[in-house]
Amino acid sequence: MKITDLKEGQQLPARTHTATNVSLFCYNAAVWNPHRIHYDQHYTTEIERHPGIVIDGPLQGDWISQVVLNWIGDDADLTQFSYANRQAAYLGETLTSGGSVTSIDEASRSVALVLFIKNQQGDVITPGTARITFK
Amino acid sequence: MNLLTKEHRSWIGQEEPAVSVDISRRDIQKYAAATEQLNDKYLNGDEAPPMFVFNLFTEIQQLNNLRSDGLARGTAPGPSLPLKRVMAGGIEIKQYKPIKPGQTLNGVRRITDIYEKEGRTGPLIFTVRNLTVTDEKGDLVLEEIQTGIAR
Repeated sequence: MKITDLKEGQQLPARTHTATNVSLFCYNAAVWNPHRIHYDQHYTTEIERHPGIVIDGPLQGDWISQVVLNWIGDDADLTQFSYANRQAAYLGETLTSGGSVTSIDEASRSVALVLFIKNQQGDVITPGTARITFK
Repeated sequence: MNLLTKEHRSWIGQEEPAVSVDISRRDIQKYAAATEQLNDKYLNGDEAPPMFVFNLFTEIQQLNNLRSDGLARGTAPGPSLPLKRVMAGGIEIKQYKPIKPGQTLNGVRRITDIYEKEGRTGPLIFTVRNLTVTDEKGDLVLEEIQTGIAR
Protein backbone atom coordinates (compact mmCIF):
# COMPACT_ATOMS: atom_id res chain seq x y z
CA MET A 1 0.00 0.00 0.00
CA LYS A 2 1.27 3.51 -0.88
CA ILE A 3 0.18 6.80 0.62
CA THR A 4 -0.66 8.07 -2.88
CA ASP A 5 -3.24 5.26 -3.23
CA LEU A 6 -5.28 6.53 -0.26
CA LYS A 7 -8.31 8.80 -0.35
CA GLU A 8 -9.96 10.75 2.45
CA GLY A 9 -13.09 8.93 3.58
CA GLN A 10 -11.70 5.57 2.47
CA GLN A 11 -12.98 2.75 4.69
CA LEU A 12 -10.65 0.36 6.48
CA PRO A 13 -11.64 -3.33 6.48
CA ALA A 14 -14.15 -4.09 9.24
CA ARG A 15 -13.90 -7.16 11.46
CA THR A 16 -16.23 -8.75 13.99
CA HIS A 17 -15.28 -10.04 17.43
CA THR A 18 -17.45 -12.26 19.61
CA ALA A 19 -15.86 -12.67 23.02
CA THR A 20 -16.46 -15.92 24.90
CA ASN A 21 -15.88 -16.96 28.50
CA VAL A 22 -12.74 -18.71 27.28
CA SER A 23 -11.38 -15.73 25.33
CA LEU A 24 -12.03 -13.35 28.25
CA PHE A 25 -10.34 -15.78 30.65
CA CYS A 26 -7.28 -15.93 28.38
CA TYR A 27 -7.16 -12.15 27.94
CA ASN A 28 -7.52 -11.36 31.64
CA ALA A 29 -4.92 -13.99 32.53
CA ALA A 30 -2.53 -12.53 29.94
CA VAL A 31 -2.85 -8.99 31.33
CA TRP A 32 -3.11 -10.24 34.96
CA ASN A 33 -6.51 -8.69 35.63
CA PRO A 34 -8.47 -10.55 38.33
CA HIS A 35 -11.49 -8.15 38.29
CA ARG A 36 -14.53 -10.40 38.78
CA ILE A 37 -16.77 -8.51 36.33
CA HIS A 38 -14.93 -10.36 33.54
CA TYR A 39 -15.60 -13.94 34.71
CA ASP A 40 -17.99 -14.17 37.67
CA GLN A 41 -21.59 -13.97 36.39
CA HIS A 42 -23.29 -13.91 39.81
CA TYR A 43 -20.98 -11.26 41.25
CA THR A 44 -21.18 -9.12 38.09
CA THR A 45 -24.97 -9.06 37.88
CA GLU A 46 -25.90 -9.19 41.58
CA ILE A 47 -23.20 -7.05 43.19
CA GLU A 48 -21.95 -4.68 40.49
CA ARG A 49 -25.37 -4.67 38.77
CA HIS A 50 -24.15 -5.11 35.21
CA PRO A 51 -26.53 -6.96 32.87
CA GLY A 52 -23.82 -9.53 32.08
CA ILE A 53 -20.11 -10.35 32.07
CA VAL A 54 -18.25 -7.21 30.93
CA ILE A 55 -16.02 -7.32 27.84
CA ASP A 56 -12.81 -5.54 28.87
CA GLY A 57 -12.45 -1.97 27.62
CA PRO A 58 -8.72 -2.37 26.86
CA LEU A 59 -9.49 -5.54 24.86
CA GLN A 60 -11.74 -3.39 22.68
CA GLY A 61 -8.85 -0.91 22.53
CA ASP A 62 -6.63 -3.67 21.19
CA TRP A 63 -9.22 -4.64 18.59
CA ILE A 64 -9.38 -1.00 17.47
CA SER A 65 -5.58 -0.90 17.13
CA GLN A 66 -5.72 -4.07 15.02
CA VAL A 67 -8.01 -2.36 12.50
CA VAL A 68 -5.00 -0.19 11.68
CA LEU A 69 -2.19 -2.71 12.19
CA ASN A 70 -3.78 -5.34 9.95
CA TRP A 71 -4.49 -2.74 7.26
CA ILE A 72 -1.02 -1.14 7.10
CA GLY A 73 1.01 -4.36 7.32
CA ASP A 74 4.69 -3.46 7.02
CA ASP A 75 4.09 -0.38 4.84
CA ALA A 76 3.65 2.12 7.70
CA ASP A 77 4.06 2.48 11.46
CA LEU A 78 1.20 3.06 13.90
CA THR A 79 2.71 5.99 15.79
CA GLN A 80 -0.28 7.14 17.80
CA PHE A 81 -3.72 5.89 18.69
CA SER A 82 -6.41 6.54 21.25
CA TYR A 83 -9.80 5.20 22.23
CA ALA A 84 -12.46 5.94 24.82
CA ASN A 85 -14.77 3.32 26.33
CA ARG A 86 -18.08 5.20 26.19
CA GLN A 87 -20.52 2.36 26.71
CA ALA A 88 -20.02 -1.11 28.17
CA ALA A 89 -20.30 -4.30 26.11
CA TYR A 90 -21.34 -7.66 27.47
CA LEU A 91 -20.60 -11.31 26.82
CA GLY A 92 -22.78 -12.57 23.97
CA GLU A 93 -22.56 -9.36 21.94
CA THR A 94 -20.82 -9.39 18.58
CA LEU A 95 -18.82 -6.21 18.16
CA THR A 96 -17.63 -4.74 14.88
CA SER A 97 -14.36 -2.83 14.56
CA GLY A 98 -13.55 -0.53 11.67
CA GLY A 99 -12.47 2.93 10.63
CA SER A 100 -11.78 5.36 7.82
CA VAL A 101 -9.15 7.79 6.55
CA THR A 102 -9.74 11.38 7.75
CA SER A 103 -6.72 13.24 6.36
CA ILE A 104 -3.58 12.59 4.33
CA ASP A 105 -0.38 14.63 4.53
CA GLU A 106 1.94 13.43 1.79
CA ALA A 107 4.71 15.86 2.81
CA SER A 108 5.11 14.27 6.26
CA ARG A 109 3.95 10.83 4.97
CA SER A 110 1.37 10.89 7.76
CA VAL A 111 -2.26 9.76 7.64
CA ALA A 112 -4.96 10.39 10.26
CA LEU A 113 -7.71 7.83 10.87
CA VAL A 114 -10.93 7.63 12.81
CA LEU A 115 -11.80 4.26 14.35
CA PHE A 116 -14.75 2.61 16.04
CA ILE A 117 -16.15 -0.37 17.84
CA LYS A 118 -19.90 -0.72 17.24
CA ASN A 119 -22.34 -2.95 19.05
CA GLN A 120 -25.04 -4.99 17.33
CA GLN A 121 -27.43 -2.01 17.47
CA GLY A 122 -24.91 -0.03 15.41
CA ASP A 123 -24.00 2.30 18.29
CA VAL A 124 -20.37 3.39 18.44
CA ILE A 125 -19.45 2.25 21.96
CA THR A 126 -15.68 2.81 21.63
CA PRO A 127 -14.58 5.62 19.33
CA GLY A 128 -10.91 6.01 18.50
CA THR A 129 -8.34 7.84 16.43
CA ALA A 130 -4.95 6.89 15.02
CA ARG A 131 -2.03 8.34 13.12
CA ILE A 132 0.20 6.27 10.86
CA THR A 133 3.47 7.24 9.20
CA PHE A 134 4.45 5.63 5.92
CA LYS A 135 8.01 4.29 5.69
CA MET B 1 -21.35 16.48 44.32
CA ASN B 2 -18.07 17.00 46.08
CA LEU B 3 -16.46 13.62 46.62
CA LEU B 4 -12.85 14.59 46.14
CA THR B 5 -10.90 16.13 48.98
CA LYS B 6 -7.72 18.15 49.07
CA GLU B 7 -5.94 14.90 50.03
CA HIS B 8 -7.16 13.19 46.83
CA ARG B 9 -6.06 16.11 44.69
CA SER B 10 -2.66 16.19 46.40
CA TRP B 11 -1.86 12.99 44.43
CA ILE B 12 -1.89 14.93 41.18
CA GLY B 13 1.67 15.20 39.92
CA GLN B 14 3.03 12.42 42.13
CA GLU B 15 5.22 9.83 40.47
CA GLU B 16 4.73 6.17 41.36
CA PRO B 17 7.75 3.87 41.96
CA ALA B 18 9.30 2.67 38.68
CA VAL B 19 8.45 -0.88 37.61
CA SER B 20 10.97 -2.94 35.62
CA VAL B 21 9.61 -5.66 33.31
CA ASP B 22 11.47 -8.37 31.40
CA ILE B 23 9.71 -8.81 28.06
CA SER B 24 9.14 -12.49 27.33
CA ARG B 25 8.29 -14.04 23.97
CA ARG B 26 5.84 -16.40 25.67
CA ASP B 27 3.98 -13.52 27.35
CA ILE B 28 3.68 -11.77 23.97
CA GLN B 29 2.38 -15.01 22.43
CA LYS B 30 -0.23 -15.41 25.17
CA TYR B 31 -1.36 -11.83 24.69
CA ALA B 32 -1.46 -12.16 20.91
CA ALA B 33 -3.53 -15.35 21.06
CA ALA B 34 -5.98 -13.89 23.58
CA THR B 35 -6.53 -10.74 21.51
CA GLU B 36 -7.03 -12.62 18.21
CA GLN B 37 -4.05 -11.04 16.47
CA LEU B 38 -3.63 -11.94 12.79
CA ASN B 39 -0.03 -10.82 12.29
CA ASP B 40 2.61 -13.56 12.60
CA LYS B 41 5.16 -11.20 14.21
CA TYR B 42 2.80 -10.90 17.19
CA LEU B 43 1.59 -14.51 17.22
CA ASN B 44 5.22 -15.75 17.12
CA GLY B 45 6.20 -13.29 19.86
CA ASP B 46 8.78 -11.49 17.70
CA GLU B 47 7.23 -8.13 18.61
CA ALA B 48 4.54 -6.98 21.03
CA PRO B 49 1.35 -5.26 19.87
CA PRO B 50 1.06 -1.71 21.30
CA MET B 51 -1.73 -2.59 23.76
CA PHE B 52 0.49 -5.31 25.28
CA VAL B 53 1.62 -2.60 27.71
CA PHE B 54 -1.83 -2.45 29.34
CA ASN B 55 -1.41 -3.34 33.03
CA LEU B 56 2.19 -4.39 32.34
CA PHE B 57 3.85 -1.80 34.54
CA THR B 58 1.86 -2.47 37.70
CA GLU B 59 3.27 -4.52 40.54
CA ILE B 60 1.97 -8.10 40.77
CA GLN B 61 -0.04 -8.30 43.99
CA GLN B 62 -0.19 -11.30 46.31
CA LEU B 63 -3.66 -12.84 46.60
CA ASN B 64 -4.14 -11.50 50.13
CA ASN B 65 -3.73 -7.99 48.71
CA LEU B 66 -6.73 -8.38 46.40
CA ARG B 67 -10.15 -7.01 47.33
CA SER B 68 -13.33 -9.07 47.13
CA ASP B 69 -13.95 -7.67 43.62
CA GLY B 70 -10.57 -9.05 42.51
CA LEU B 71 -8.80 -5.72 42.17
CA ALA B 72 -5.71 -4.83 44.15
CA ARG B 73 -6.33 -2.98 47.40
CA GLY B 74 -6.00 0.70 46.62
CA THR B 75 -6.03 -0.44 42.94
CA ALA B 76 -2.57 1.15 42.49
CA PRO B 77 -0.38 3.56 44.37
CA GLY B 78 -2.66 6.54 44.65
CA PRO B 79 -5.53 7.91 46.68
CA SER B 80 -8.19 5.69 48.23
CA LEU B 81 -11.26 6.93 46.37
CA PRO B 82 -14.75 7.12 47.89
CA LEU B 83 -16.18 5.20 44.89
CA LYS B 84 -14.94 1.61 44.62
CA ARG B 85 -16.37 0.14 41.41
CA VAL B 86 -13.75 0.56 38.73
CA MET B 87 -14.04 0.62 34.94
CA ALA B 88 -11.60 1.29 32.13
CA GLY B 89 -12.09 4.68 30.53
CA GLY B 90 -9.71 4.84 27.62
CA ILE B 91 -6.10 5.07 26.54
CA GLU B 92 -3.92 7.18 24.28
CA ILE B 93 -0.60 5.65 23.15
CA LYS B 94 2.35 7.15 21.33
CA GLN B 95 4.86 4.51 20.30
CA TYR B 96 8.42 5.44 19.35
CA LYS B 97 10.09 2.02 19.16
CA PRO B 98 8.86 -1.58 18.87
CA ILE B 99 8.77 -3.77 21.98
CA LYS B 100 10.63 -7.06 21.53
CA PRO B 101 11.36 -10.15 23.64
CA GLY B 102 14.56 -10.01 25.66
CA GLN B 103 14.23 -6.33 26.46
CA THR B 104 14.04 -5.06 30.01
CA LEU B 105 11.76 -2.03 30.05
CA ASN B 106 11.21 0.50 32.77
CA GLY B 107 7.79 2.04 33.34
CA VAL B 108 7.04 5.09 35.45
CA ARG B 109 3.47 6.21 36.08
CA ARG B 110 2.35 9.59 37.30
CA ILE B 111 -1.16 10.76 38.21
CA THR B 112 -1.84 13.86 36.12
CA ASP B 113 -5.47 14.54 36.98
CA ILE B 114 -8.30 13.46 39.27
CA TYR B 115 -11.75 14.91 38.69
CA GLU B 116 -15.41 14.09 39.21
CA LYS B 117 -18.46 14.23 36.96
CA GLU B 118 -22.11 13.32 37.27
CA GLY B 119 -22.81 10.32 35.03
CA ARG B 120 -26.12 8.80 33.90
CA THR B 121 -26.13 6.43 36.87
CA GLY B 122 -24.51 8.65 39.49
CA PRO B 123 -21.21 10.27 40.33
CA LEU B 124 -18.01 9.23 38.56
CA ILE B 125 -14.38 9.88 39.49
CA PHE B 126 -11.82 9.97 36.68
CA THR B 127 -8.14 9.30 37.43
CA VAL B 128 -5.69 10.07 34.62
CA ARG B 129 -2.25 8.43 34.71
CA ASN B 130 0.63 9.01 32.32
CA LEU B 131 3.00 6.09 31.76
CA THR B 132 6.48 6.59 30.34
CA VAL B 133 8.31 3.46 29.12
CA THR B 134 12.04 3.50 28.46
CA ASP B 135 14.50 0.81 27.37
CA GLU B 136 17.86 -0.25 28.85
CA LYS B 137 19.58 2.73 27.19
CA GLY B 138 17.05 5.13 28.64
CA ASP B 139 15.52 5.74 25.20
CA LEU B 140 11.81 6.50 25.10
CA VAL B 141 9.81 3.50 23.82
CA LEU B 142 6.22 4.45 24.50
CA GLU B 143 4.02 6.97 26.27
CA GLU B 144 0.52 6.15 27.46
CA ILE B 145 -2.24 8.26 28.97
CA GLN B 146 -4.76 6.05 30.73
CA THR B 147 -8.07 7.12 32.26
CA GLY B 148 -9.64 4.98 34.97
CA ILE B 149 -13.23 5.52 36.10
CA ALA B 150 -14.59 4.81 39.59
CA ARG B 151 -18.35 4.72 40.04
